Amino acid sequence: MLSVAIAAVILFLLLRLLPGDPANALVSVGADAAQIEAARRQVGSDLPLHEQFLRFAVDLARFDLGNSFVSGAPVLTEIGRRLVVTVPLTLMAFLLAVAIAVPLGILSVVRQNRWYGGLISVVSQLGIAVPVFWIGILLVTVFAVNLRLFPSGGFPSRGWQAPGAAVQALVLPVATIAIVMSASLIRYVRSATQDVLGSDYLRTARALGASFSEALLRHGIRNGAVPVISILGIELASTLLGAVVVERVFALPGLGSMLLLGIEQRDYPNVQGVLFVSTLLVLLVGFAADLLQRLIDPRLRGRVAGGGA
Amino acid sequence: MSGHDAMVSGNGRARKAALPWPLAVGGLLVGLHIVVALLTLVWTPYGVGDMAGGRLEAPSLAHWAGTDRLGRDLMTQIMIGSRIALLVGCGAVALGALIGVTIGILAAFATRTLDDVLAAALDILIAFPTLLLAMLIVASSDGASLGTAILAIGIAGSAIVARLTRILAKRVLAMDYITAARVAGTGWPGIARIHVLPNIWPTLIVNFALQFGLAVIAEASLSYLGLGAPPPNASWGRLLQEAQASVYTAPFGAIAPGIALVSLVIGLNLFADGLRDAADPTRRRSR
Repeated sequence: MLSVAIAAVILFLLLRLLPGDPANALVSVGADAAQIEAARRQVGSDLPLHEQFLRFAVDLARFDLGNSFVSGAPVLTEIGRRLVVTVPLTLMAFLLAVAIAVPLGILSVVRQNRWYGGLISVVSQLGIAVPVFWIGILLVTVFAVNLRLFPSGGFPSRGWQAPGAAVQALVLPVATIAIVMSASLIRYVRSATQDVLGSDYLRTARALGASFSEALLRHGIRNGAVPVISILGIELASTLLGAVVVERVFALPGLGSMLLLGIEQRDYPNVQGVLFVSTLLVLLVGFAADLLQRLIDPRLRGRVAGGGA
Repeated sequence: MSGHDAMVSGNGRARKAALPWPLAVGGLLVGLHIVVALLTLVWTPYGVGDMAGGRLEAPSLAHWAGTDRLGRDLMTQIMIGSRIALLVGCGAVALGALIGVTIGILAAFATRTLDDVLAAALDILIAFPTLLLAMLIVASSDGASLGTAILAIGIAGSAIVARLTRILAKRVLAMDYITAARVAGTGWPGIARIHVLPNIWPTLIVNFALQFGLAVIAEASLSYLGLGAPPPNASWGRLLQEAQASVYTAPFGAIAPGIALVSLVIGLNLFADGLRDAADPTRRRSR
């Protein structure tokens, strides 16, 4: 709760520190002083900073994120409509990336003397240098333009009421994020595995007669998972916030494209609302990662809850 | 005796010749981009705005990377893209370093409370992806330009530099020789200049090389989203965005700009890896 409050204050200040009056979004280019004054009164930017914040905080407490300057629609409704695109997109990509990165990361250490062990390291090294939109464009070129397997972008206008089309629309975006995400995840899984393999407890387990894979499965995974989970939390959070680019590549009506549109149109309530909701999601992810770590590692349970968030 | 001498000098030569490969390959890739960028100042295959070929031509001998939707040579634009990427990268890293190192050093020397506040603020800033911060900064300025791209990416990256600087500087400040310097009457600016900066510099420089790669990707992403430098500046991100718009008619347009972009970022990452290994001999064996 405290972190939510801090995040709200920082977001409020960040948006107010930026030059340019939000009222500018409402007036046309040649507006005279009186029109500008009226617009400022309408959006409340004529009030002193502390009164603006008070309004903002009271509205937040009532779950009111205001109305869009451009369309007049409630921001929260619009966000809800877009979350049903961004959240499944991010979660599916995340699960796919974990499914790719964990086995490959472990393999690249355990089999580092085989050709594929080295190959995995090299490919993941290449992967972190590739911008996400290039992967997206290449996938579109191959799977949408040449093979015609999936649509090159867009989302069915009926949304999830057309489940087949919705899933098809998300295949390439999910693959795009998963490829980029797994490239960086593999590196963390790799170094966690290296730490585990050099550990004393693994040698002890082997000395007590456990086979290599037995020791790795019983002790290694559990110990190696703890640092990897905090990275997973950060990755999931930054994918949620960074969905802007992928949603642009595939013309998806998600949270990121709402943010980009809001920035282009200077629609401050929309920008503020999207940032606030994504910050909430990020804090939620951090909290979940914290809980999961406690579940896996009893040694962490004594720590004060929510310390990481 | 002479045999022994020969062996020693032979060893010395071998050590000098064995330039670590990441440093060599990385340096080569980055160097190539620098040469191309400098070359575009005096020569390009075609003029920037010359509609020298047909529209959306496939790669050919006359146009190595094909042409765009107005018939302009893509190779020319990709070469100019090197210049834009290096310019924005250099500017952003320099700005980020200036702001980041200053804040980091000040936080390390600040009182406990101020340091805690700064550290918490930095953590929250870092949780926001660089691109998102940069988008907000670009959006708040009047129209996108090369300058706003540098400003936005530089400021967004400075939080990472600041946090690293703070941690490194605090580690140095815990040393006995700092206490000795304090007892000897050296003030904090003196300690920062004489003891802290020289000690943390090598690690910071490695980080700057990594930041450079991130800045190049961020610049391309901004211009892909239409928030980068406007048209006469041929940014790789904008080239890729245009290539995607005509992906059904000219499916090869996205390949060359992407390769240019990735080769520079890989070069920078390898260079950073090589530098880190060179600065820290204990890491060499583990690779």
